[in-house]
Amino acid sequence: MIKKYTCIICPNGCEIKATIEGTDTITSIEGATCKKGEEYVKQELINPQRNIASSVLVKDGILPLASVRLTKSIPKKYIFNVMNEIKKVRLEAPVKINQVAIKNVLNLSSDVIVTKNVGRKN
Amino acid sequence: MNTIKKDVVIIGGGPAGLAAAVQLKNKGISNIVILEREKQLGGILRQCIHDGFGLTRFKEALSGPEYAQRFIDKVEILNIEYITNATVIDITSEKLVTAISGCGLLKYEAKSIILAMGCRERTRGAISIPGTRPSGIYNAGVAQAYINLHNTMVGKEVIILGSGDIGMIMARRMTLEGAKVKAVFEVQPYPSGLPRNIQQCLNDYDIPLYLSHTITNIKGNSRLEGITVSKVDENMKPIPGTEKDYTCDTLILSVGLIPENELSLAANVELDNRTKGAIVDENYQTSVDGIFAAGNVLHVHDLVDFVSLEAENLSNSVANYISLGKLPKCNIDVLTDANIGHTIPQKISGEKDVKLSMRVKKPFKDCEIDIMQNNKVIKISKFKKAIPAKMLEVKIDKIQIKSLDNIKVVIK
Repeated sequence: MIKKYTCIICPNGCEIKATIEGTDTITSIEGATCKKGEEYVKQELINPQRNIASSVLVKDGILPLASVRLTKSIPKKYIFNVMNEIKKVRLEAPVKINQVAIKNVLNLSSDVIVTKNVGRKN
Repeated sequence: MNTIKKDVVIIGGGPAGLAAAVQLKNKGISNIVILEREKQLGGILRQCIHDGFGLTRFKEALSGPEYAQRFIDKVEILNIEYITNATVIDITSEKLVTAISGCGLLKYEAKSIILAMGCRERTRGAISIPGTRPSGIYNAGVAQAYINLHNTMVGKEVIILGSGDIGMIMARRMTLEGAKVKAVFEVQPYPSGLPRNIQQCLNDYDIPLYLSHTITNIKGNSRLEGITVSKVDENMKPIPGTEKDYTCDTLILSVGLIPENELSLAANVELDNRTKGAIVDENYQTSVDGIFAAGNVLHVHDLVDFVSLEAENLSNSVANYISLGKLPKCNIDVLTDANIGHTIPQKISGEKDVKLSMRVKKPFKDCEIDIMQNNKVIKISKFKKAIPAKMLEVKIDKIQIKSLDNIKVVIK
């Protein structure tokens, strides 16, 4: 079976055509301009992974929100479960970039980390 | 009132202004100031909380605020002066800068000005969508600011017009926050954003993208109630009989960005009608001696990495300008054929290697971009694909430039 992919690893967004045998064997691949393209297709076949970004509420901060992201991509199917966990978080200012908001979220081996410094309101 | 003397005044503390300031300081130019109208440095990156910034420069997929902070940290460590809450209200060709700020009116007399004001969004008025004027219609960047900076959700049932990157990123963002994004409509026959965003922001969340479609009516009195969409023909004119109605309480417009050049005009900086940014030479100097421009105020970029790089190159020129008092003349015009939107720079000297940034006006596959001089090809660059969403770069070596005749960039 021939499947088409748009690689999301970098902004080049290579359009990849892959011939798949069975459920996850790539027999031929074209269109990828680097090695990461094949790894991406393999992962899309077995278990698509994504990173997500959102925000968490900050108490007494100069801003109401601190942005967050994951340290490592998670299986796509858990995106909304992780969003629910992120929504529960309340941090107290000051918060710093790289501060862990949730350690090992839902046991997915990825941390939710803060991506913006938010100082404390005077 | 005292006029403060500066070597360089940088207008805007976003990615271009920050990178320019750091590079100037590294080049030994210390008497500089960044004027930023917001409360914090960082520019638009503050609200771009999604990841994918810095892949080229830092080999990491950072969020916008993290990318900005790397530069803000350098500004702090290098002790570069910056003033936030300071809105520049006027600049002149004599390099006088007037700003209003928390500490009152500020007046600077600068040897050089760096324009780094970024861009703004095209609005509903600019694209003339018929219908009523209810609430619930936002530009994508405005919705992004509401959600990511002010903790205010903009709506529940969303339609997006325009397939620009910010619109697609907001489609995903609003979906994650519980909104139902029904569809994205694009008037052109091809998407205007990057392919990876179509995949990770739309396809991943089953949000359909309809090309060659536009909105032909907006309904609702106090709040938006729905829209009518029509297919368009090859001249982008709506085709009667193809109308389809959608209910929605929110319409997001992602229909293009325009460099913010009101100040530049005040100083008689000549603009390029294609980019809406300044006409610059290979030193990023505008038509006004000592005024330079880089980043989205010059031409709209798709990647911040290129903005930082451009601003650093600009600062190298500004450092030379400060020490020499002037820069060599650039008399070779860079012209383009109908399928190339524009190039930056628009003028070169022929005295040094130069990198041309450009955008194609429609998608091409397996194409080549030829640089011509006197009807002879002096450089050929091949590309597997070229799309309007992605800026291309072509390098010309000094040795390839044969004369002082104009250069033409052609795609085939």
